[in-house]
Amino acid sequence: MKSKMMNKLSEWLTDEASALEREMEASQERAADEDEAALTPAEIRWAQEEKEEEERIARRLNEWTDETGTKISRTLYSILCLVICLTLIVLLLYTVTELPSFGSPDHPINNEVSARYIEKGLQETGAVNIVTGMILDYRAFDTLGESSVLFTAAMVVLFLLRKDKESHKYSPLAKVMHDNPHSDTYYEPKNDIILQKTAFVLVPIVLLTGVYVVLNGHLSPGGGFSGGAIMGAGLILYVIAFGFAKMRRFFTYKTYQFVVLIALLTYACSKCYSFFTGANHIPSVIPLGTPGAILSSGLILVLNICVGFVVTCTMYCFYAVFRKGEL
Amino acid sequence: MNVIVMLMLVFLIICAVAVSMTKDLLTSVIIYMAYSMIMSVVWITMESPDLAITEAAVGAGVTTLLFFLALKKIHAIDARNEVRKAHAQEKLGGETEHEK
Amino acid sequence: MQLLVNYEETAAIILFCIGFSTMMLHKNLIKKIIGMDMMDAAIFLFLASQGYIEGRKAPIVAGGVQSVEAYINPIPAGLVLTGIVVSVSVTALMLALAVRLYYRYHTLNLDEIIALAGKEEV
Repeated sequence: MKSKMMNKLSEWLTDEASALEREMEASQERAADEDEAALTPAEIRWAQEEKEEEERIARRLNEWTDETGTKISRTLYSILCLVICLTLIVLLLYTVTELPSFGSPDHPINNEVSARYIEKGLQETGAVNIVTGMILDYRAFDTLGESSVLFTAAMVVLFLLRKDKESHKYSPLAKVMHDNPHSDTYYEPKNDIILQKTAFVLVPIVLLTGVYVVLNGHLSPGGGFSGGAIMGAGLILYVIAFGFAKMRRFFTYKTYQFVVLIALLTYACSKCYSFFTGANHIPSVIPLGTPGAILSSGLILVLNICVGFVVTCTMYCFYAVFRKGEL
Repeated sequence: MNVIVMLMLVFLIICAVAVSMTKDLLTSVIIYMAYSMIMSVVWITMESPDLAITEAAVGAGVTTLLFFLALKKIHAIDARNEVRKAHAQEKLGGETEHEK
Repeated sequence: MQLLVNYEETAAIILFCIGFSTMMLHKNLIKKIIGMDMMDAAIFLFLASQGYIEGRKAPIVAGGVQSVEAYINPIPAGLVLTGIVVSVSVTALMLALAVRLYYRYHTLNLDEIIALAGKEEV
């Protein structure tokens, strides 16, 4: 009973709607006929002029936004920037006047934390260089994050600038490079004799300095980050002088992957071990050695070498990807 | 010592202003390299030799090299020389002016 | 005059503001990246100047002396050391993005890039 009533109701409704639609269409057609019939030539011309006038106004508005509007917004932006910058400088300089004097020993930053690092650092970490002992022992987890940041940055740069044999079909960058193979490598030196002789002398010295800085990171200024950067600079100098073909004999993308992976894994595993023993008060089996000897300070030497490898490979990877699009 | 440090800081500020004012991209990158070198001297005067070594290798070495390579990729170095500019235009068939 | 007493901090603030205005006022993307780098260096200078103590040596234990009065504060130096290396990777990432933008739009002027991108969307 109910469904029948509903059916009827819906039928009636659709009927009404279609009837209304039909009526509307008919009235529109009628109106159009009337319009066409009613328009005189003068009226048509008038409508056209009106349309042209509207277009002209629209064009002028566009031009205004393109030229004067951009200028005004540009000026406003510059003024706002200057105002913000001046406010910033005044606020920050006011803060500087409130700071304790430069170089005074009673600065609140010199609290018991730094005192502990200085007084107990040598006994607890075995590193003569307190900064290295701090960043690779007390704050080693932080440094693992930094190394991973370097690795991630190298990977993203590789994604962004990479090119291979097939990529010109789907990547606009690779297409440009494919169509103009010499566009950005045209002026590079090829077999420059002065550069090669200089590099022949300099590269071993630079690499040795880097190795020295890495291995003596716990005894003298330096460490994994600075030594790695120096070694990376040495590798870059080698590539500039002798080209990628010679470099590929001992350093390819696979070498890069292997070295960075092993270095990061070694870092993570050895630090996991020392955190585990430290947290559970188990004596660590790694001896600290005598301070000042090259084989001392427990894990710090290993960690320095790992960080050095990661930084070296990252610096070289940046250079190679920027210059050629691949390792 | 104090006077030397102040002189270095004044040099730093001059370098920063010069980087901001220079029109040519290559020149400003080279001035930025000088800024990094002076910064590494400032680190030594502040008794932080670790920072000095790192800044000299990273800031003045690798960062500047990356800037040079990026400038070469965007043809800002070629465009300095008229002959090379014409050559680059012929090779690329496009515009080589970027400093406007 | 506290500003002249804290001359390192003052210089760091001025450098920061020069870098900030370089980043905001220039249209060229490379100039913006250089400005960002200058801001990085200024912040490192400020941070390291907080740990410096007049008349003390670098924190490398020499001659077995281990008193607090002998060395400067090692914490800011350690933080800045990692910061410098991360800043170079940030720079490399920004430069790679700028190169990609150049290959897409054939310009490095930010206004032109925004205009071209707007046209692309329509």
